[in-house]
Amino acid sequence: MNSKYTLLVCDGASCKTTHKANLAAGFKKVIAEKKLGEFVSVVKTGCFGICGQGPIVKVLPDDLLYVSVKQTDIEEIVEEHIKNGNVVKRLLYTDPFTQEPVEKQKGKKIYQKQFRIALRNCGLINPEDITEYIAVRGYEALASVLADKTPIEVVELMKKSKLRGRGGGGFPTGLKWEFTAKQPGNEKYVICNADEGDPGAFMDRSVLEGDPHSVLEAMAIAGYAIGASQGYIYVRAEYPLAIHRLNIAMEQAREYGFLGKNIFSSGFDFDIDIRLGAGAFVCGEETALIHSMEGQRGEPTKKPPFPSVSGFRKKPTSVNNVETFANIPAIVLNGADWFASIGTENSKGTKVFALAGKINNIGLVEVPMGTTLREIIYDIGGGMVNNKEFKAVQSGGPSGGVIPKEHLDTPIDYESLKQIGSMMGSGGLIVLDEDDDIVQLAKFYLDFTQDESCGKCTPCRIGTKRMYEILDRLTKLEGSPDDLDILEDLAVNIKNSALCGLGQSAPNPVLSTMEYFKDEYEAYAYRKVKHTYSIITDKCIGCTKCARVCPVECISGSVKVPHVIDESLCIACGACYTACPVNAIEKP
Amino acid sequence: MEKVNLDLKDLDLEKLAELDQYILTLDDPVERLINVLHRAQDIFGYLPPNLQLYIARKLNISAAKVNGVVSFYSYFTEEKTGKYVVSVCMGTACYVKGAEKVLKRVLKELCVEKNEVTKDGLFSVKDVRCVGACSLAPILTIGETVFGHMTEEKVPGVLNKFRGEINED
Repeated sequence: MNSKYTLLVCDGASCKTTHKANLAAGFKKVIAEKKLGEFVSVVKTGCFGICGQGPIVKVLPDDLLYVSVKQTDIEEIVEEHIKNGNVVKRLLYTDPFTQEPVEKQKGKKIYQKQFRIALRNCGLINPEDITEYIAVRGYEALASVLADKTPIEVVELMKKSKLRGRGGGGFPTGLKWEFTAKQPGNEKYVICNADEGDPGAFMDRSVLEGDPHSVLEAMAIAGYAIGASQGYIYVRAEYPLAIHRLNIAMEQAREYGFLGKNIFSSGFDFDIDIRLGAGAFVCGEETALIHSMEGQRGEPTKKPPFPSVSGFRKKPTSVNNVETFANIPAIVLNGADWFASIGTENSKGTKVFALAGKINNIGLVEVPMGTTLREIIYDIGGGMVNNKEFKAVQSGGPSGGVIPKEHLDTPIDYESLKQIGSMMGSGGLIVLDEDDDIVQLAKFYLDFTQDESCGKCTPCRIGTKRMYEILDRLTKLEGSPDDLDILEDLAVNIKNSALCGLGQSAPNPVLSTMEYFKDEYEAYAYRKVKHTYSIITDKCIGCTKCARVCPVECISGSVKVPHVIDESLCIACGACYTACPVNAIEKP
Repeated sequence: MEKVNLDLKDLDLEKLAELDQYILTLDDPVERLINVLHRAQDIFGYLPPNLQLYIARKLNISAAKVNGVVSFYSYFTEEKTGKYVVSVCMGTACYVKGAEKVLKRVLKELCVEKNEVTKDGLFSVKDVRCVGACSLAPILTIGETVFGHMTEEKVPGVLNKFRGEINED
């Protein structure tokens, strides 16, 4: 019998929903039945980041990952691995490049280029147990700050680390704290922006679910630095698991005296409360978020005054994002110089990205700033699904843009992404392949922004609606070449005149796609887009496979004679394209 | 114009008592209006005009303000929903993997438009923003159950599971 094992069962949102029934409980039951309780413990943890292969179970000390684990696999894992010490090979993670099963987590290419600061504890500790967080030096940063540093020294430390806001804007966190700290008065607030409304982004969700204490600890540090005794977490109502874990974490932190009155006998008081969002994308904008917290419609207001001067309840307020907070305890423990040594000249540290779309390893990755997109997509992301051709990656959500193939080798940081017409945004990366229609994608984003526009300023309220209508016209082949000029003109005007960040960045998806994929817009404008599939006669071998899969039976032809698609009936489902063994079908 | 029901007598007293109880626990219920509305929607299932009026009077604020907040946030609904709300995620990750086709099929299967309740009162369908389960894209949720890697073909089977539950009752 082997020495003591620990089974880390991923309990992140994605794995949890694929479990259906509770895997951790299943393991505990089987282990109890086999009377192996003293040799193995089962721990529920946060996200491992390879959500596409979930549910994930990690075995320690072997440093080995089992993927796609089902209830029916539990018996085998316990019997073979725990009892007999044999690896269950069929459940091991398979390297998408070598097609070989990988035994060690560290040996995985997906983890080799990653560097985890914000996600340092995700997947390693039980987020519902404060003692596990304490065991990884949790709350030590808060204790050391309260004991050894003045609030001004904490602000200086943050400035020196050059940490920038991870919510998208990239404003230096230390400066934000300094402005808030310098305001007169003793009623100030710390707000954690957990309104992750960017579609395709789930970084903040994973941090809150996997390591909630790191956010609470950082909020208390922020409170000490700026002179606030109350913090609020504004979180989406769509994230029930994150809310649940935060509530547990806050309760435990209060029990241990890490929140509440006279923390670590320093005389510093700080507590945190949760405020729920209600589904409005614009509330990610800090002034809108504050209005929403006050029970109002979440409409932004003009800056200045900045929240650091007049924010929540008209008091000085520092609003920081979840991922920003998650970096802070690590910066305090390891020093500003350590943090500033990672990354590029103007963007320090790491960034968490949520990889989604047509990519093999869907999930969360954290890489040093300056890593190229090619490394993220091919080395960490495992490349394209079905080896399709890479077309572009969309970053920054509805406020960002697409990055085409020619910019794959751009080192990512705040400035470089802006230069190529996109933005860091919160970190969602949606990978597109050759099948994706860029104009339709732009229309999708405009549909989103015109729907989410709060309606306060005219450029955004009416302008985005008009942009959407033009795109709709184009994609229905009812547009004209003039529409392209109007579209671009509108886009530039909205960008220059909208009130808040949402409106100013709303045209980005259109502007960036127009820059890189003008030909696709022109194809729609000149009505040259073909909406149906067709068969290349020279290539067709008459195998009949396409005709058999066609759901509307619009393909005709005899065996060994080239087939024909009746384009008036074709619904462009693509079934024939997939079925054809000799690539004789042409896409729309 | 359609008549708006503002009759407070039509509201369930037991449910109102539960809501009152919650409001009592809040220090500043006006500032916590969004939380109050969340709780009200949990209890009643939706936020009809008479309930909004009740909340406005209870909190001593204008009904226009309550309605302004309710109509601003997509999480709140003023219309009655089906017993099961089918939410099809229209986030980007789901979108590029064919969420639109899934939504169309759901609407076709149930013979309804978006936000409309089926004749038997069982289902209503809405499109939602990203729920952050992008690795399972495209997804739909019914109640709290998440169905990942959806295809058009899987739609009838998923719906039948919920129809089946009713038959067994």
